[in-house]
Amino acid sequence: MEHIELFFKSIFIDNMVFATFLGMCSYLAVSKKVSTAVGLGAAVIFVLAITVPLNWLLDQYLLQPGALSWLGEEYASYDLSFLSFIMFIATIATMVQLVEIVVEKFSPSLYNSLGIFLPLIAVNCAILGGSLFMQSREIATLGLATTYGIGSGIGWFLAILAIAAIREKIRYSNVPPALRGLGITFIITGLMAIGFMSFGGMLTGGDDEGKKEEQTVHVSSDENIKEEKVLANNIKVNE
Amino acid sequence: MGLKESLHNFKEKNKDKKWLPAFSAIHTFLYLPNETTHNGTHIKAADDLKRTMNTVIMAMVPCLIFGMFNAGYQHNLQVGDVQAAAGSFFSSEFWTMANFMIGFWKILPLVIVSYGVGLGIEFIFAIIKGHEVEEGYLVTGMLVPLIVPVDIPLWMLAVAVIFGVVIGKEVFGGTGMNILNPALTIRAFLFFAYPTWMSGDKVWVEGAVERTNEIVAGANLDAISGETILGSLAQGKEAGYEVMDMFLGFIPGSVGETSTLLILLGGLFLIFAKIGSWRIMLSSALGAIVMGLIFNQVVDSGWITESSKFYGLMSTTWWHHLLIGGFAFGTVFMATDPVTASQTNKGKWIYGFLVGFISILIRVFNPAYPEGVMLAILLMNVFAPTIDHYVVQGNVKQRMKRLKAKTA
Repeated sequence: MEHIELFFKSIFIDNMVFATFLGMCSYLAVSKKVSTAVGLGAAVIFVLAITVPLNWLLDQYLLQPGALSWLGEEYASYDLSFLSFIMFIATIATMVQLVEIVVEKFSPSLYNSLGIFLPLIAVNCAILGGSLFMQSREIATLGLATTYGIGSGIGWFLAILAIAAIREKIRYSNVPPALRGLGITFIITGLMAIGFMSFGGMLTGGDDEGKKEEQTVHVSSDENIKEEKVLANNIKVNE
Repeated sequence: MGLKESLHNFKEKNKDKKWLPAFSAIHTFLYLPNETTHNGTHIKAADDLKRTMNTVIMAMVPCLIFGMFNAGYQHNLQVGDVQAAAGSFFSSEFWTMANFMIGFWKILPLVIVSYGVGLGIEFIFAIIKGHEVEEGYLVTGMLVPLIVPVDIPLWMLAVAVIFGVVIGKEVFGGTGMNILNPALTIRAFLFFAYPTWMSGDKVWVEGAVERTNEIVAGANLDAISGETILGSLAQGKEAGYEVMDMFLGFIPGSVGETSTLLILLGGLFLIFAKIGSWRIMLSSALGAIVMGLIFNQVVDSGWITESSKFYGLMSTTWWHHLLIGGFAFGTVFMATDPVTASQTNKGKWIYGFLVGFISILIRVFNPAYPEGVMLAILLMNVFAPTIDHYVVQGNVKQRMKRLKAKTA
C-alpha cells in the first residue's frame, strides 16, 4: 500500500515537471517530436530508477548524520551530509555515461536524435532533484527509494510525451510570430500544469497523512532553499 | 435597396479597411453569409462553424432557463418564501414568475459580461490579425455563465474571460487550435484565483454571501446555507435531497449544471444532430460507473472505516455520482468539445473513459476540490493529442501489416 501510494504521488501529485518545474531544459528542447521525447523520457526513467536507490544507499551508509556508525562507535557522530551534492552528482554522471554507452550500442538512431541531450541528463535538474527530494523527504527503505525513482521518472516521461504530442498537433497553428517556438511551449506548459493541479492536495487531506506532510515540510524548508539555489545554478550551467 | 444589400455594398466598398472584420461579424450575425467557414481543424462536414455552434447553444438553452428558475427558487427556498418542490418536475412552487425574475436579473448580467468581454477580445484579435471574426466564442460565451456560481462578481468573470480567451485560445491561433477547453480554462482560472467565490457552502445560492456579511454586521436575519450535495457528502453528512430532486435539478449548484434531465435531453439533441460525440458521453459515464462501483466495493468489503475522511463520498451509491455535481454537464457539453477532445474514434473511447474515471477519483480522493469533472477534463485535454498520436500510429502499423500480407 505504501509503495502504491508513493508511486502514485511521485507520478501525479509531485510531478517533476508540473509541480516542481524541474528538468525544464531538456523538456523544452527535446519535445518537438514524440518519438525523440519517448526516447529521452525512457532514458530519464532508467537513470532515475538506478540513481535514486544508489544515492539512497550512499545517503544511508555514508552521508547522513550518524550514517558511519557501522564503522565503529567513534564514527557515530560524523556528519558528511555536506558532501551530498558532490556524491550524488558523481553517481548520476557515472550512470548517465553508462546509459549513453548502452544506447549508442543498441540504438544508434535514438542516440543520434537525442544528440547532446543525453550527456546533458547528467546535469538534468530532475535527476539531481529526484535524489535530493529522496533525501529531504526522508524516504525510509531502499524499496521505497526505487519506487520513488521510477515514479518520478514516469511522471517526467508522461509530461514530455504529452507536450511532444501537443507540439506536433499545433505545428501548423497560426501562433503569433512573437510567441512561436519556446514562447508558446511555456504557455502550454503552464496550461498543462493547471490540468495537473487536479491532483494537487490529493491523498494528503487524509486522517494523519496531512500532519506528516507538514512536518517534513517544516524540517526540510531550509534544505529546500539550498536545493533550489543549486538547481538554479544547474539550469544556468545547462543553458 | 434593402438593408441587406446596403450592408453588402458597404462591405465591398471598405474591403481593405482595418476594422472590416468587426463589421462583417455583425453583418453575418444578422444575415446568412454568402460564404462558409474556410478553416479550423475540427471541420468534418458540410455544416459551417456557425451552425455547429448554434446547435450547441440550442441544446444549452433549456439548462439556462431552468438555471434562472432554480437560482430564484433556491434563494426563495432558503429565505422561506416557498415550499420545497419535491418529486414532480412541473411543481407549481418551482415554475413561478417570482423565482424566474430573481434568477433572470442575476444571470443575465453574467451572460452579457461573458459575451461582451469575450467577443470584444475576439474582435480586437480579428482586427489585429486581419482575419474574419471566428464564431468559436459563441459556445464558450454561453457555457461560462452556466458553470459559475450565480453570485460571482462580474469583474472577476471579466478578468477570467480575458485570461481564458487570450491565453487559452488566441495565442494558439484562434478557434480550432486551442489545447484546453476555453470555458474550462476560464472556470479553472476563477477556481484557483478566487477560491472563496468558487467553492464553499455560501456561493451557490443567490444573496447568501451578502446575507452572511449582514448577519456578521449585526442584522437580525436567518442565515442562508446553500451547500451543494458534494460539499455535504464530503463532510460525511447526509445529502439531504431526494434522488428525484437530484435528477430533476432542484438542488443548489452552478447555474446550468443542476438538472440532469435537461442536460440529458440536450445531450440527446447533440447526438441526434451529430455534433456531440456519443462515444465520449457513453464512455465517460462508463468510466464514472466503474470508479463508483470500485469505491462501493471498497466500502462493502470493509477496507475503510467510517472515521475516514473519504468515507462519505466513497459510500455514495455508484449511480448517484452521475446525478450530482457537474458531472452530467461536463460530460455532455465540455468533454465533447470537438477541438480539445480526442479526434479518433478509438481515442474517444479512451479519452471519455478516463474523464469519467478521473472525475470520480478526484471527487472522492481530493478534499481540496469538491468537484473533479472540470479538472479531469482539463487533464484529459492535455493528454488527448497523445492518445490520438498512438491511435494513429497503431492504425498505421496495422495497415502496413495488411499491406505486407497482401504484397507477400
